[in-house]
Amino acid sequence: MENAIQFFSENLYLIYLLIFTIILGFEVISKVPTVLHTPLMSGANAISGVVIIGAILLMRQADPDDYLTLSLGFVGIILGMINVVGGFAVTDRMLEMFKKKKK
Amino acid sequence: MLTFAINLSYLSGAVLFVIGLRMLGSPDTARRGNILAGIGMLLAIVASAVQPLENPNNNYIWILASMGIGGTIGYVSAMKIKMTAMPQMVSIFNGLGGACAVILAFSESLPYYDQASLLNGGQLAIILSTLLIGGVSFTGSLLAFAKLEDLVRDDKITLPYHNIFNLVLLAAAVALGVVVYLQGSSGSLLLLLLFTGLSLVYGFSFVAPIGGADMPVVISLLNSFTGLSAAAAGVIYNNQLMLVGGILVGASGTILTVLMTKAMNRSLLNVLVGGFGGTSGGSKAAAGDLVAREVSLNDASIQLNYSQSVMFVPGYGLAVAQAQKVIKEVDDILEANGVEVKYAIHPVAGRMPGHMNVLLAEADVPYPKLLDLEDANAALPNTDIVVIVGANDVVNPAAETDPGSPIYGMPVLKVWEAKHVIVLKRSMKPGYAGIENPLFFHEKTRMLFGDAKDSLQKLVSELKSL
Repeated sequence: MENAIQFFSENLYLIYLLIFTIILGFEVISKVPTVLHTPLMSGANAISGVVIIGAILLMRQADPDDYLTLSLGFVGIILGMINVVGGFAVTDRMLEMFKKKKK
Repeated sequence: MLTFAINLSYLSGAVLFVIGLRMLGSPDTARRGNILAGIGMLLAIVASAVQPLENPNNNYIWILASMGIGGTIGYVSAMKIKMTAMPQMVSIFNGLGGACAVILAFSESLPYYDQASLLNGGQLAIILSTLLIGGVSFTGSLLAFAKLEDLVRDDKITLPYHNIFNLVLLAAAVALGVVVYLQGSSGSLLLLLLFTGLSLVYGFSFVAPIGGADMPVVISLLNSFTGLSAAAAGVIYNNQLMLVGGILVGASGTILTVLMTKAMNRSLLNVLVGGFGGTSGGSKAAAGDLVAREVSLNDASIQLNYSQSVMFVPGYGLAVAQAQKVIKEVDDILEANGVEVKYAIHPVAGRMPGHMNVLLAEADVPYPKLLDLEDANAALPNTDIVVIVGANDVVNPAAETDPGSPIYGMPVLKVWEAKHVIVLKRSMKPGYAGIENPLFFHEKTRMLFGDAKDSLQKLVSELKSL
């Protein structure tokens, strides 16, 4: 319990951010037409690739002799990058098709 | 000054994510929204590459090399993938994000167990949650991918009492997590590895019994998990942008999941532990002595050509047969002859949310022609002919009439209210969910057997020769 209280007060700012982002997320996305469900999901999927930032930070702090961490970071960045680049590219491809027929 | 610029980039990144997602919600702005979110990501990546750190070794060569590899793989696969394989692609991308979060959490725990760094209880708990959520999202998405690619059959990977097995597995993983947490840095890395392993197995096992028509629910749920794991990793790195991005994805995934379950009139729990099939004992037998009536290509084309209004109902079979372009051809010919053509899109038709919309968009079908469930049901009584292309459960009247049916209560397209129904179907086998469909024996229904693409192509030539 004490731990929890300590964690709460130490991260108060983070908790505010967390709660407001949750509310914001629900508000921003709630009324999306069916047509856009797939692009929305795929675009959001690309955004979840932000996790790559952690992989970059991990890599930058790794000791140049620490091959375990370097390899983990290496794989992490590759995976994150596939998620980000692939995600945005595939979403753009889908949306391009939607655009075409608006004539 | 540098710090200021870095923080500003992260802040702009977060704002661009929010605006981008917002714009993705409307057809006119969606493409720009996606690009804006991409720019936000670029800003964030650059910021993370130059932000001042305590003891930076930078290792830029490693970073650039891995980004190059990952970026190329991602770009090439996104460009090459067929539109019909879109659900698989989204699943696999999603799983990789989850895997990345797992790697991060694991790497951050290494120095802790070497006594080289200190974590407080909160941080350790966050690491453990990242491992669990990211792990489930990773293996769950991989299995979803394999299922969508038809690499595995559901019955091959489901154990007897699978739901109980899943519960035990989850309980074991959580219990082990608590032990690892309580032991802190005096514990062994081995237990943490075991915990990670259990999470990975659970992800696999959790998706194993879910299949077919429930896929849109699972895919959006896994999407939300990846977001949450990214957000948790953001807490480990004290990076607000990761937190914001991850939570936004978590929220959007949750909303889509809820929408999908609502469209099936089921609870999430029911989708996760219930699963279709296996429970439909009573209603199956009745269909045995009923006869489905066939229609010839020639009759079908004449009927279509001389009708006032036609409504297509596409389903997963359209994706499998890759018939989206041919359906558009039929549509064009009919429109040229003055027939009004619409498409009825059930929210869970296909294997991911909005699947049919993407396919029809690829074939250049203008989206005002696509009617959602409510509009379609309102228009159906005034429709002359409904043509069902590879849809099954979403047009099953048993959902309304047969309380014994597993899909009873699910809102469906009431195609039987139209004047005639033509069903394009490969054979009389029941749909993915394994439920008999009385629609096929309905007096208004005529069957046109064969591969959907093939049948539609033949219809095109018949129509042209009329």
